[in-house]
Amino acid sequence: MYFTYLRRELRRRARQAVVVAAGLAIGIGLVMIVSSASAGVKKAQGQVLHSLYGVGTDITVTKTVTFGSGGPQRFNFGGGSGSGSRPSVTPGTHISRDTLRPAAGESTLPASDVAKVAALRGASAATGGLVLTDTSFSGTIPNYSEGGKFSPGGGAASGAGASGSESSGASSFSISSTSVDGVQISSSDVGPLTSSQVTQGSYFTPAQNTAKVAIVSSTYATQHGVKVGSDVTVAANTVSVIGIAQVPSGGAEVYLPLGAAQSLSGLKEDVTTIFVSASSSSGVSSLASQIQKAIPGSTVATSESLANQVTGSLQSASKLATSLGKWLSIVALVVAFVIAGLLMMAAVSRRVREFGTLKAIGWRTRRIVGQVMGEGLALGLAGGLAGIVLGIAGAEIISAVSPSLSATVGPAFAGAGAFPTTFRHAGAAGRTVLVHMSAPLQGGTIGIAVVLAIAGGLVAGAFGSWRAARLHPAAALRRVA
Amino acid sequence: MSAQAANDGTPTKTVDSHTGENMRQPTPNNIYELAGVRKTFGAGPDSVKALDGVDLEIAQGEFLAIQGPTGQGKTTLLLLLGGLDRPSAGSVLFDGRDLATLGESELVGLRASAFGFVFQTFNLIPTLTAQENVETALVPAHTPAREREQRAKAVLEELGLGDRATHLPSELSGGQQQRVAIARALVKNPKVLLADEPTGNLDENMRDEIVAVLERLWHERGLTLIVVTHDSTVARRAQRIAIIEGGRVSAGDRSEIGRQAAPADSLEPTFVTS
Ligand SMILES: Nc1ncnc2c1ncn2[C@@H]1O[C@H](COP(=O)(O)OP(=O)(O)OP(=O)(O)O)[C@@H](O)[C@H]1O
Ligand SMILES: [Mg+2]
Repeated sequence: MYFTYLRRELRRRARQAVVVAAGLAIGIGLVMIVSSASAGVKKAQGQVLHSLYGVGTDITVTKTVTFGSGGPQRFNFGGGSGSGSRPSVTPGTHISRDTLRPAAGESTLPASDVAKVAALRGASAATGGLVLTDTSFSGTIPNYSEGGKFSPGGGAASGAGASGSESSGASSFSISSTSVDGVQISSSDVGPLTSSQVTQGSYFTPAQNTAKVAIVSSTYATQHGVKVGSDVTVAANTVSVIGIAQVPSGGAEVYLPLGAAQSLSGLKEDVTTIFVSASSSSGVSSLASQIQKAIPGSTVATSESLANQVTGSLQSASKLATSLGKWLSIVALVVAFVIAGLLMMAAVSRRVREFGTLKAIGWRTRRIVGQVMGEGLALGLAGGLAGIVLGIAGAEIISAVSPSLSATVGPAFAGAGAFPTTFRHAGAAGRTVLVHMSAPLQGGTIGIAVVLAIAGGLVAGAFGSWRAARLHPAAALRRVA
Repeated sequence: MSAQAANDGTPTKTVDSHTGENMRQPTPNNIYELAGVRKTFGAGPDSVKALDGVDLEIAQGEFLAIQGPTGQGKTTLLLLLGGLDRPSAGSVLFDGRDLATLGESELVGLRASAFGFVFQTFNLIPTLTAQENVETALVPAHTPAREREQRAKAVLEELGLGDRATHLPSELSGGQQQRVAIARALVKNPKVLLADEPTGNLDENMRDEIVAVLERLWHERGLTLIVVTHDSTVARRAQRIAIIEGGRVSAGDRSEIGRQAAPADSLEPTFVTS
């Protein structure tokens, strides 16, 4: 009787039932799409971190230098009160330099911190690395008497990657910079370069820690015609290429074993970055705060904190998913719930005489409430089912379209350095990474959808029941059709 | 109330009922005793005194018609008799229990078992078939589905609707719908059948058909039948007519009403047999 009555009633109100179920479906579907999309954005943020710091890296630890402490690479040319090994400004003098330094704004950490971090609970592996920039410049000091006219610098960049030419009327130089990473050779898969990325030649062996060998990125190899066995110049030293690797767009151009990088940069016993992998993705944030405590003054970056520093469409997508999407789906849900509730109440009002009659023949209020709740739940579940289908379809569409998102890592120090150098990594400046967004559907999301469907049904049922429970049979029976 | 009120046909017997079917009770066994019943709707100057001091006794097994002009409190009285509303003052004794003070849960229980209601507008559940509508009356008693089905079917057949059991109310004529409603009221074997203008929405032919059905059931089942009507043709079938006017009841004596309710007057003990 219960189900017969319920089914017949819903069939009679088919159109209204469809509206209620569709409303709930849209609300629930939106929630699913938004939560899948934000999972996708999180994943994309993770990919950005991996692009910049290597696959398997959940957290990076760096130390930012405070200005004035002499950290950032800074050259002064043409006047100014620079001190120390300032090049001579005699016109016509040819100067050339090739230095390997940490990127602007980055300071170093003692190598012993790597073991400290690896020992923390929740850390599965940690390796140290030196994130460096090889800057070479060469040129001739122009003759000032020429009154602003100058000749472009003669010296060609040696093995240069991105090269820039600064012309200010006061000086004329050819500058090139190459990104260089020092890689701790370990069996763990965390760090800027792991053995699986090497496509030609071979990865570093533990014995090569201090050897002058390098692995270059495939992009760099193509641009500069470098092959396995070729030589490249790093910090005025000749280094032989033993392998070519496929690295993400944010990666370095040249990779050296950590020991070699330390000696070439003069940063013995130091690292600029510690790459950490967490044993579980849910433990990342607690591990990050432990690291923060263990190494005071360090900058601990996770894919999420990094996301706050990036600009570009990834950030827009993230904002869209977390703020607009969230509010949109909440509003849609609330509207759907209210509509469901009101329509349910209206339906009960139209059945006042019916329920009054049932009360008159001895049906208890709770039986009638049960009937109305059942109707609400049935609508909720129907809406939930449709919503889940809608949500899965929406998530699939996003994943199929796979929109590409760009993330530009914070230009925090842009303009602080004197050179239009392409810096790398968080806190340095303008490195853009492209990632494809997907909308992975998680089991929990479907669970949430089911909970929302039941909640929607209960809300609809409760609105209706409230009306039905307050119904006085005598009053109901006085109503004439 | 006349001492001749015959209650041999009622299921409830007095102590000496075992001595023989024809044994008469010295006094009628009152199923209802109303004293000083008032019902006021609203408060203050706008309040309506629907019932204003009703005293009424209804014998077990009696067929009583309540007649009166519109708006005089007929429905109000019937709702009080059926435990669907409570009086503002006075007592409504049913089988010795005061419906005015009985707990809500007990009232619901009585509605489910003792009272059968028939309405002017039939009030069938539009989405349920005739058979299912009748079965709804057995839901509160938690009657098993099989038994429910059989009992509903039997009552529908008794009312000549065996072939209409699977029809929806919208597929039935007014008279048929009212017969389904009567079947629904009767399937739980109530003590009292309360009907509010049961023929009010029917044409003359159907009216006669429904009155005949009610009368037959009253005979066969020994029900107490209380019918509210403004139709004198219907009222004349009753053993007794209570006139309600200005919120007060003047109940006629059965002996004065005469022979309209002929079968009851004949006092044939055979009525018990169904
Ligand atoms: N819920 C209520 N609130 C206010 N007044 C009411 C209410 N119910 C009934 N009344 C009033 O009480 C009086 C008696 O109503 P009742 O329905 O009992 O009359 P009735 O004799 O059944 O009339 P009819 O023959 O038209 O059915 C009427 O004046 C009516 O307006
Ligand atoms: Mg009335």
